[in-house]
Amino acid sequence: MGLENLILGFHIAITPFNLFVAVIGITLGTIIGVLPGLGGANGVAILLPLTFRMPPTSAIILLTSLYWGALFGGAITSVLFNIPGEPWSVATTFDGYPLARKGQGGQALTAAFTSSFVGALFSTVLITFFAPILADVALKFGPPEIFAIQMLTFSSFVGLGGGDPLKSLISILLGFILAAVGLDIVTGQLRMTFGSTQLMTGFDFIVAVIGLFGIGEILLTVEEGLEFHGAKTVMNLRVVLDTWKVLPRYWRTFLRGSIIGFWMGFKPGGATPASFMSYAFAKQASKHPERFGKGELEGVVAPETAAHAAGVAAMLPMITLGIPGSPTAAVMLGGLIIWGLQPGPLLFTEKPEFVWGLIASMYTGNIIGVLMVLAFVPFFAAILRIPFAILTPLIIVVCAIGSYAVHNNMIDIWYMLIFGVIGYVFKKLDYPLAPLVLALVLGDLAENALRQSLIMSQGSLMIFVTRPIAGAITAVAAFFFLMPLLRPWWRRVRGVAAAVPSPREP
Amino acid sequence: MRVANLVTASVLLLLGGVAIFDSVRLGIGWGTDGPKSGFFPFWLGLLLVVSCGLIVVRAPFRASAKPFVRREQLRLVLKVLWPATAMVVLTQVIGLYVASALYLGFYMRWVGRHSWLAVIVLSISIPIATFFIFEKWFLVPMPKGPLEAWLGY
Repeated sequence: MGLENLILGFHIAITPFNLFVAVIGITLGTIIGVLPGLGGANGVAILLPLTFRMPPTSAIILLTSLYWGALFGGAITSVLFNIPGEPWSVATTFDGYPLARKGQGGQALTAAFTSSFVGALFSTVLITFFAPILADVALKFGPPEIFAIQMLTFSSFVGLGGGDPLKSLISILLGFILAAVGLDIVTGQLRMTFGSTQLMTGFDFIVAVIGLFGIGEILLTVEEGLEFHGAKTVMNLRVVLDTWKVLPRYWRTFLRGSIIGFWMGFKPGGATPASFMSYAFAKQASKHPERFGKGELEGVVAPETAAHAAGVAAMLPMITLGIPGSPTAAVMLGGLIIWGLQPGPLLFTEKPEFVWGLIASMYTGNIIGVLMVLAFVPFFAAILRIPFAILTPLIIVVCAIGSYAVHNNMIDIWYMLIFGVIGYVFKKLDYPLAPLVLALVLGDLAENALRQSLIMSQGSLMIFVTRPIAGAITAVAAFFFLMPLLRPWWRRVRGVAAAVPSPREP
Repeated sequence: MRVANLVTASVLLLLGGVAIFDSVRLGIGWGTDGPKSGFFPFWLGLLLVVSCGLIVVRAPFRASAKPFVRREQLRLVLKVLWPATAMVVLTQVIGLYVASALYLGFYMRWVGRHSWLAVIVLSISIPIATFFIFEKWFLVPMPKGPLEAWLGY
């Protein structure tokens, strides 16, 4: 039964128009991934207004292809320029750049793209099988379960995000508060507008993403100077084929990276820790750990496989539960709402052609993607040779166009600049931006779920504990929220235990 | 770094206070058909105030000697920020296309010191290209000013 749906999906994904859309998406995505200051999330945000007139399936194929392209593009800058375009490409620079310096940039890039492809494919296959099952389960969810899952999403930023838990919490709260500004659709009252008509429409997450990630990132990049330095590379069919002959040797690394990536990926913010974990495991398991960091091909394979597996896996909670696993998925979720689709498990029964077209396009998009980037690396790398003084204003103009196009409102360009400065300050002070964006997107949905739950229970919060599924999810969420408080205590207990000499050790 | 940290936390704390203030006005309790408008923002605001308060309280114990931004870095950041702001102001007056042409041209000449020929060619051709892509093909209108009006758009 799943297979029939997938075939239906392929019928949609391989129509000439949708294939054309995928190629455009990947080209633009790779360019965006290569450009400093533009990443997947704000690339998708800038293009979102252009999709309003498209059929939703083609629109989501365009946006997801853009996302795959941006993931591939991130590898190019990491290897050739030592600039990690996204946080999850940081680990790729460890061995990718040394390889490029040794004149083996072609091998490193081939390995990176192939690993990305393998990781993405692994996650796509798992999504094909797990998404319908998860959606079936999720169909039984009521408002309390949905709210509990949303809390779980945010709790994992606080408990597992890795940064300062308090600052993660503040980012989440700020996002929710910004989302509440404007007209409350349930009661029809205006909130936090203080008489200003401009604030009535509230803050749009697209503008926030473009400002926080686009403008903010540019401001951070220029701090380090106004130039880019890159390594030259030779890329031709022989290099690709020779590298492919070597790569099967690392099948264990591929498998390990894929599993780590998928497992970490469907939790929010998982791609970055997944890439580091995969790198660390590969180094540990290697016979030559001392070669890592000096230009070992396996050191490129490990993080890239995991990062892409995680990037694709982030789509799983988005299409089945309506909860995005990454900022980019959050923007896409916002897109679904704008196109008039209800994100969540109902999509599988009400819009099967959309869901399965999307899943099938993950296969086609990644196949087209890997072939395209392998063929056109020199072209994409040349983008970074465009002088800084042309590139920067161009990116800012594109960001302004994207912000304005959302509502045809001048104030949004101002918001973009303000969010840019906020993004810059937050990044410098280690406030994570991803939870802010997720909260901004999910704000209304979360509040509605909370309200409906409380109406069901006549105002008692116990509804989140007494319903079995909601109770279990709430318990995990509470555990993650409290983890930062438990950690010092746990360390002390373990510290005492470790101080007692273990008799089994010689 | 510490000052920047304190200022940011204080601004956010103030914002939380604003959220609480407005929520109380709207009512934070139970209305005729469920929680009132202020219910959710009130608790968000309260949590935000508490969290920011904690940041402020613990700031002296977590002093970082690293400056928030060095003078040299700030100069580079402002060099991007103020022309961008000027571009937005101009957009409001003369429309996006003319403003972006002036902005591109100015930035290329001032920061990049490109030749006048390159400056003129690129700063005119890029806005014209964006005009056709957005206004013509994707039918997404951009802010326009007197020049476009004179040309009949």
